[in-house]
Amino acid sequence: MQLIECPWCGPREETEFHYGGQAHIAYPETPSELSDTEWAQYIFFRANPKGPFAERWSHSGGCRQWFNAVRDTRTYTFLATYRSGEPQPEVQS
Amino acid sequence: MTSATPPGAHLPEHGDFLWRNPEPKKSYDVVIVGGGGHGLATAHYLAKNHGITNVAVLEKGWLAGGNMARNTTLIRSNYLWDESTAIYEHSLKLWEGLEDDLGYPILFSQRGVLNLAHTEQDVRDSVRRVEANKLNGVDAEWLTPDEVAKICPIVNISDDIRYPVQGATYQPRAGIAKHDWVAWGFARKADEAGIDLIQDCEVTGFTTDGDTVTGVRTTRGDIACGTVALCAAGHTSVLLDMLGVAAPLSSHPLQALVSELLEPVHPTIVMSNQVHVYVSQAHKGELVMGAGVDSYNGYGQRGAFHIIERQMAAAVELFPVFARAHLLRTWAGIVDTTPDASPIVGHTPYQNVYVNSGWGTGGFKATPGIGWCLADTVANGRPHEYVAPFALDRFVTGALVDEHGAAAVAH
Ligand SMILES: Cc1cc2nc3c(=O)[nH]c(=O)nc-3n(C[C@H](O)[C@H](O)[C@H](O)COP(=O)(O)OP(=O)(O)OC[C@H]3O[C@@H](n4cnc5c(N)ncnc54)[C@H](O)[C@@H]3O)c2cc1C
Ligand SMILES: [Zn+2]
Repeated sequence: MQLIECPWCGPREETEFHYGGQAHIAYPETPSELSDTEWAQYIFFRANPKGPFAERWSHSGGCRQWFNAVRDTRTYTFLATYRSGEPQPEVQS
Repeated sequence: MTSATPPGAHLPEHGDFLWRNPEPKKSYDVVIVGGGGHGLATAHYLAKNHGITNVAVLEKGWLAGGNMARNTTLIRSNYLWDESTAIYEHSLKLWEGLEDDLGYPILFSQRGVLNLAHTEQDVRDSVRRVEANKLNGVDAEWLTPDEVAKICPIVNISDDIRYPVQGATYQPRAGIAKHDWVAWGFARKADEAGIDLIQDCEVTGFTTDGDTVTGVRTTRGDIACGTVALCAAGHTSVLLDMLGVAAPLSSHPLQALVSELLEPVHPTIVMSNQVHVYVSQAHKGELVMGAGVDSYNGYGQRGAFHIIERQMAAAVELFPVFARAHLLRTWAGIVDTTPDASPIVGHTPYQNVYVNSGWGTGGFKATPGIGWCLADTVANGRPHEYVAPFALDRFVTGALVDEHGAAAVAH
């Protein structure tokens, strides 16, 4: 268990949060023009890096807001958390 | 030895000689990346079924020290969909003859599995799965709570718990095996056939020529190869990234734990999807327990403690006698999961690279089966019929083999 810094509430217990997978996956701008391959990419294919990973979390047991985080998948350390819509910060890995 | 000695307490001794520790050669017909159960089984069947022995198994750590050494060893074939049943039942049949094939004890114990149902919908899904299993020639029964208690008397079937047991599916041929012995049995046989098992040898890159891989880069030098089979479980994405190939895999920590040694109290395997815990009693007497993956992606081979806490709460409600057992040890492996909870096996955009991945939380039971089918795939240059439905392109065609919730605990 670790403390996660909610961008609205500050540090809270990991058990208050829910995981939402990779961040910054934008809904296709022209959905009707997508090929099957492009749809598959959008729906199923996600990055799975060993190292820093930008992902979504929800403070479901607190303010219930979604936010983004960069977390190192080797150590699980949160390198940054930031509000949805904000650009992904540069982090030291 | 007295009659009070728990069954299986005396594990057989290992042979004096297990395998050579050769230097890597400059080139091989087939390079298998990953020396876990799947890689070793593939090597064995390449030699045994196809006479292909100019093969290296490259393992970055020590042989079978990944998920093979960390899993809870449940073996069953009671999956819902025909495609899954075909490969898992093929595997179960191989398990039934594996000790003879390998000439090595693997302590395969067919003690049966109960998959508990706790809600009305659970009951319907379970009965449906039993019928599907029977149609596929898999042994399966639907049991009432009283019948569950006859098979495993320590299951709490009272109806004043949060999720009362409403019945269970039962597969009598399911069981457990001793994972290390299985790995060493395969390793010994592959080595005997002349296959090089090379430990402490991490694949760090590939050399390519168009859509052909010409060799692997490793921490022990470059090795040329005719065909590559990726059997790296949780690390498949890391390898595919080196090749610029995308696959919908995400790696997660999966935890398990054991209690101290206890008298035999738990004669079968019990799994519960709803409250999410599963238990068997190891040959020596430890209660072996697992649950679902930790939610986040991770490569750290450890998970969060609150996951264990939840799993223990569920276990103690289902098995009140566990309340006084001491937890001895917890650990995690890294499993690779897919969006439809089924493996990804077969061709990659490189014509001589085959992928075997995405077995998630359930690939130990597939060990002989996938080894057999992957060896056949490599030898013949096309997917074996049992792995063909699990091709990477199913995410584009939509021909998914969705086993989520159909048969197993979480994936
Ligand atoms: C806690 C836990 C419980 C489980 N319980 C069950 C169960 O009860 N029943 C069941 O059927 N399944 C279970 N599983 C799943 C099962 O263990 C896996 O699906 C299966 O072991 C995967 O195949 P493998 O044995 O080849 O993987 P592994 O043993 O993980 O082998 C992959 C190998 O590849 C090596 N490798 C990775 N990258 C490289 C590289 N670049 N170069 C060289 N080598 C590399 C790794 O070191 C590793 O040894 C469980 C898994 C865990 C973690
Ligand atoms: Zn918050």
